[in-house]
Amino acid sequence: MELLSGADMIVRSLKDQGVEYIYGYPGGAALHIYDALFRQDDVKHILVRHEQAAVHMADGYARASGEPGVVLVTSGPGATNTITGIATAFMDSIPMVILCGQVASHLIGEDAFQETDMIGVSRPIVKHNMTVRHPSEIPTLIKKAFYLASTGRPGPVVLDIPKDMTAPNERFEYSYPDKVKLRSYSPAVRGHAGQIKKAVDMMMAAKRPIIYAGGGVILGKASPQLTDLAHKLNFPVTNTIMGLGGFPATDPQSLGWLGMHGSYESNMAMHHADLILAVGARFDDRVTNATDKFCPGARIVHIDIDPTSISKTVPADVPIVGPVDSVLKEMLSLIKESKVKPDPDALDAWWKQLNEWRGFRTELYQKSDKHIMPQQVIEALYKVTKGDAYITSDVGQHQMFAAQYYKFDKPNRWINSGGLGTMGFGFPAAMGIKLHYPDAEVACVTGEGSIQMNIQELSTCKQYQLPLKIINVNNQSLGMVKQWQDMNYESRYANSYMDSLPDFVKLMEAYGHVGIKVTKLEDLEPAMEKAFAMKDKLVFLDIYVDPFEHVYPMQVARGSMKDMWLSKTERV
Amino acid sequence: MRRIISVLMENEPGSLSRVVGLFSQRNYNIETLTVAPTDDDTLSRLTVTTEGSDKVIEQITKQLNKLVEVVKLVDLTEGAHIERELMLIKLKASGAQRAEVKRTVDIFRGQIVDVTSTVYTVQLVGNSDKLDAFIQAVSALGVLEVVRSGVSGIARGEKVLAL
Ligand SMILES: Cc1ncc(C[n+]2csc(CCOP(=O)(O)OP(=O)(O)O)c2C)c(N)n1
Ligand SMILES: [Mg+2]
Repeated sequence: MELLSGADMIVRSLKDQGVEYIYGYPGGAALHIYDALFRQDDVKHILVRHEQAAVHMADGYARASGEPGVVLVTSGPGATNTITGIATAFMDSIPMVILCGQVASHLIGEDAFQETDMIGVSRPIVKHNMTVRHPSEIPTLIKKAFYLASTGRPGPVVLDIPKDMTAPNERFEYSYPDKVKLRSYSPAVRGHAGQIKKAVDMMMAAKRPIIYAGGGVILGKASPQLTDLAHKLNFPVTNTIMGLGGFPATDPQSLGWLGMHGSYESNMAMHHADLILAVGARFDDRVTNATDKFCPGARIVHIDIDPTSISKTVPADVPIVGPVDSVLKEMLSLIKESKVKPDPDALDAWWKQLNEWRGFRTELYQKSDKHIMPQQVIEALYKVTKGDAYITSDVGQHQMFAAQYYKFDKPNRWINSGGLGTMGFGFPAAMGIKLHYPDAEVACVTGEGSIQMNIQELSTCKQYQLPLKIINVNNQSLGMVKQWQDMNYESRYANSYMDSLPDFVKLMEAYGHVGIKVTKLEDLEPAMEKAFAMKDKLVFLDIYVDPFEHVYPMQVARGSMKDMWLSKTERV
Repeated sequence: MRRIISVLMENEPGSLSRVVGLFSQRNYNIETLTVAPTDDDTLSRLTVTTEGSDKVIEQITKQLNKLVEVVKLVDLTEGAHIERELMLIKLKASGAQRAEVKRTVDIFRGQIVDVTSTVYTVQLVGNSDKLDAFIQAVSALGVLEVVRSGVSGIARGEKVLAL
């Protein structure tokens, strides 16, 4: 058997795991590992400019590909800089492996230089974390990390690696395990047959059904089954903001997304439904509004791989723990065999009602002759990219507009931090995607607030030639904060303006990219065409939009799902 | 309702902190917590007593089960079970009081495990109510120090929590 140092084992294990790219930043405790990286070409390392961005890059790649992303950082500040990124991935159940350097074992606990208890610090925001205690454990621990990160409900796994575990002159036998087994960890591989049968019976008897599909559909690669099931039953579908693309947005059965800024028709349909089939969703507070007023007439079937998601906030009538794709497949075969079909008259009446709700709002926003409206930016983006780009987003109003106006027909195309709501996520996430899918159109929809949270990565994009597009919906304010201040604080704009904005066009030039400022509606589409035509350039579109626009619909706080503001003055 | 949850988990460094962290992070309360390796020293047995509505208890057991190092768990309060707690208590015992303390210890079937001319150290085993009652009974006599182990529990009959 081959003898390798701990550092070489780490790199070899990554290669044997099939990892092509890792993202990171070097420092003392990780230098043996960096040296091992230097001596080979299989695993390529992308040097970011801030460790948070490395994590978001890995995350963007993971969301687009379904494969775990990999990060390498040093101890102390390198490790703590990853925390926001790890928490972002954790909240959205994204598979990821984070390799952190640590001070040498004999120094641990002595407040050594760049020592941080990364196991303790990361504990509440990881699926699991582990420390290397002997170099010979490294291949097994790395295999375990990938296994845990990507099975069951996915999530980030941290591996803490004291420096002496990677010492170059201590060599041990290396072999990479094919698989690992953990007696204390066994995610469900299929749903309970009796529960599935019960659920199907309820679905067949439903008169006002709705499918509420979350990010679990995308993580569980269950879009085909979900789409098939919805079509077979003629049930309407609403997606969560994490689930966009899990069911095609342009399908006539799609009602759009639901919740705080969801569509009028989705929220109305949920509230009046008699059966909710929740698939890989978690009844988040941004979806349910007040849980005591949530969908009073609905019985709930809830499919999820994670039992803790079921009946956590809203009790389920039929809980089904299992992988969503396999459960939906079993449902489909029961439906096929079933002699009972959903009552066509009831469904007709339901669709009539749904279409009425759909037609209720014909004008979704008011156009202006003074300003470009932020919604128009997304409409133009949708048109120019033919609805087929990878769209990452930052956090704020622009995120909501992107989710509302870009119609995602495929899974893994809409990449946003829904759970943690991390400003600064969108740009590095887009970088991770562009790196792996160089031929795809990749655009980051952002705001002038969010983009400045990881803007240093423009330099990384130059180094690795990442010609993605940045769509800066520039409302010269922290728009979402300002909206809340308009609605709840009589427009007292405490620190929600963005003064002293940089000249983004010059900034792009300084970094070696292209910047285009857009202030007139007639220039919007041409500028976008031009940006996407520059295939080998990162182009930043700085688009000035109405600084006072709000996102609607917006659910009324502590109301039911159907209580919404539809504009600044109109409340239903 | 008060519950006793018994957990079998990997005896790894840091696994206890995951359990404790989970409780504080999710706003669950821990009344007592005991932990020690079992006959198989790769496994720890942990007993936690907690209060909460059925919904909260359901979440607690699911969240505990989700911890990667937790192998199995059982809510002992769902069935017939035995619970025990150990207490060591130091009492003033001088003059006439010595006999009174001794009598009370006998009534509660405790043992005096250490003696000085002025102090008795008493060991008492039982369920938590019994220990509470003993403290109540001797409180007037002068309690110097109390240390309780927290609850350990096991199901009655054939049921076992093992690999
Ligand atoms: C790291 C972080 N800090 C603070 C917030 C709170 N927050 C949510 S939206 C928002 C404003 C975002 O401004 P901008 O990026 O310009 O987007 P806009 O709402 O104007 O479209 C803020 C500050 C957050 N989500 N993330
Ligand atoms: Mg803004």
